[in-house]
Amino acid sequence: MKQLTFDAVVVGGGAAGMSAALELDARGHSVLILEREDTLGGILMQCIHNGFGLIEFNEELTGPEFAQRFEEKVSARNIQASLRTTVLDIREEEGRRVVYAVSPSQGMMRIEARAVVLAMGCRERNRGNIRIPGTRPAGIYTAGLAQRLVNIEGYIPGKDVVIIGSGDIGLIMARRMTWSGCKVHAVIEILPYPSGLTRNIVQCLNDFGIPLYLSHLVTDIYGKDRVEGIEVTPIESGALMHEKAFKIACDTVLLSVGLVPENELSRNAGIEIQPTTNGPWVDSMLMTSLPGVFACGNVLHVHDLVDYVVEEARRAGANAAAWLSGYRPSREIRIKTGSNIRYVLPARLNPERENRLYMRSLVVKNDARLEVRLDGNVVRSRKLAHVQPSEMLSLTLGPEDVAAAGRDSVVEIALV
Amino acid sequence: MQELICITCPMGCHLSVDTDAQGEMKVTGNRCVRGEQYAREEIFNPRRVVTFTCTAVLPDGSLPGPSSNLPRRVPVRTTAAFPKERIPELLDVLRGITVRLPVARGSVVLERALGMEVNVVVSRSIGA
Ligand SMILES: Cc1cc2nc3c(=O)[nH]c(=O)nc-3n(C[C@H](O)[C@H](O)[C@H](O)COP(=O)(O)OP(=O)(O)OC[C@H]3O[C@@H](n4cnc5c(N)ncnc54)[C@H](O)[C@@H]3O)c2cc1C
Ligand code: SF4
Repeated sequence: MKQLTFDAVVVGGGAAGMSAALELDARGHSVLILEREDTLGGILMQCIHNGFGLIEFNEELTGPEFAQRFEEKVSARNIQASLRTTVLDIREEEGRRVVYAVSPSQGMMRIEARAVVLAMGCRERNRGNIRIPGTRPAGIYTAGLAQRLVNIEGYIPGKDVVIIGSGDIGLIMARRMTWSGCKVHAVIEILPYPSGLTRNIVQCLNDFGIPLYLSHLVTDIYGKDRVEGIEVTPIESGALMHEKAFKIACDTVLLSVGLVPENELSRNAGIEIQPTTNGPWVDSMLMTSLPGVFACGNVLHVHDLVDYVVEEARRAGANAAAWLSGYRPSREIRIKTGSNIRYVLPARLNPERENRLYMRSLVVKNDARLEVRLDGNVVRSRKLAHVQPSEMLSLTLGPEDVAAAGRDSVVEIALV
Repeated sequence: MQELICITCPMGCHLSVDTDAQGEMKVTGNRCVRGEQYAREEIFNPRRVVTFTCTAVLPDGSLPGPSSNLPRRVPVRTTAAFPKERIPELLDVLRGITVRLPVARGSVVLERALGMEVNVVVSRSIGA
């Protein structure tokens, strides 16, 4: 078996992995990226639409353009990336952190690394996760798989399409399929509001007159060998209106019903997973419950913008570098989610440094206020014109905000 | 009257656009002045960035096989927003274009598309 030693190993070579690796390298640590696919870039390579990089590069790039800007920096710095390499296991052996990976050209590899950065991204929820009744015909795809088929493999999965769920990937695919000559008949969303960005509702549905059925549930899928249609039932005051159910004929169904962080590997390594994010619990350094193992990007929590992914990953990389150089926070303050907040990341705050927090709202609301309370006292308050669950919120807290904190202090973040 | 949703910021104001007796455009429902500008653009000159893929071919003119690790499609984009009503025409042209690998990001596949001041370029370097 091939044996290697690096200061740090980055698992996954998407936007997060590359960004973290660049930061570790810039701080003088040897780093190896392990990536399962043929190229670096991750999910960005199939997102050929524009809308990436407004924050990071101040221009609107397509996914591949955004990815290649990072890829070029990675190769300019001669950072080692092992492609077609799948990480199988992260273990501790005789007090050392060890990563096991396999690739067709190298076989099994055993890599010793004092720090590991998890950047495995996320996967899509599928039909099993949302339990749609009906037959099991061909023609049902997750929207992201369809995106890969159309944009990379050059295969159009069908002609008459219905999309279940109003997530951004489904909306983007509604436009993509229409531009490819398909007819998209409808997007069906169980919630009373869309889960994707307004911009995508306007430019991917309204531009083509594709109807969006909010508060509607797909109650059946028909077809023996191939999908022939679906049954849609309206929901009124929480009840299914069976007498108002209708059918839509189609040969293809795309599911865009959410993303889940990819944490098989983390779980097997014994890393604590947070139920609100499905990602690892992390402290103020974005370090998981395993010392020396950090997490960033979609494996930590699902991000809507890649710009936030690379920002977070830079911090994870910088923190991993600091950790390798012996830095440890002398004290951390617990962060608690208050009213209308689904989660706040990280779970701990370092009172001696700047802390960038990411959080998600549970509600759709205009004229909201984000409140930071230290042991019940409001220490910071910010007006927000509009909040919704699909748009991540961020906040930076510095030492001055928590100057009054004692040993058992708690910071609570709430939306009022 | 026409209904629009402003996408300039996440507020997503629902705009109603009317023409008054003097033939002046009147926008209501906007929370700020940018909403009015958006409505004007959308009504008089709607434009969109177009992203699409073209067929990839190998240097010998054949298609990349399943074992080649090369994508079968090359992503392309317009260099600027393109008039919305002419997008179907543009897509028809792009459907007929093949791109020979290797190709560098930024390579022009269609210059001055449909006579407009907009090019279509490759958005990903592939297969050096
Ligand atoms: C389908 C889809 C469409 C999106 N569309 C948009 C959009 O329109 N606009 C926008 O701003 N954002 C969009 N996003 C969000 C944004 O692009 C992503 O959040 C960002 O690119 C994620 O980066 P990442 O590095 O965390 O994950 P990924 O890009 O998913 O990278 C993870 C990488 O890890 C690798 N990997 C996983 N497990 C292993 C293992 N065991 N061993 C080795 N390698 C492994 C994977 O192969 C992958 O390359 C989209 C996300 C998805 C999933
Ligand atoms: S009108 Fe102003 S506030 Fe409303 S969505 Fe447009 S830019 Fe935002």
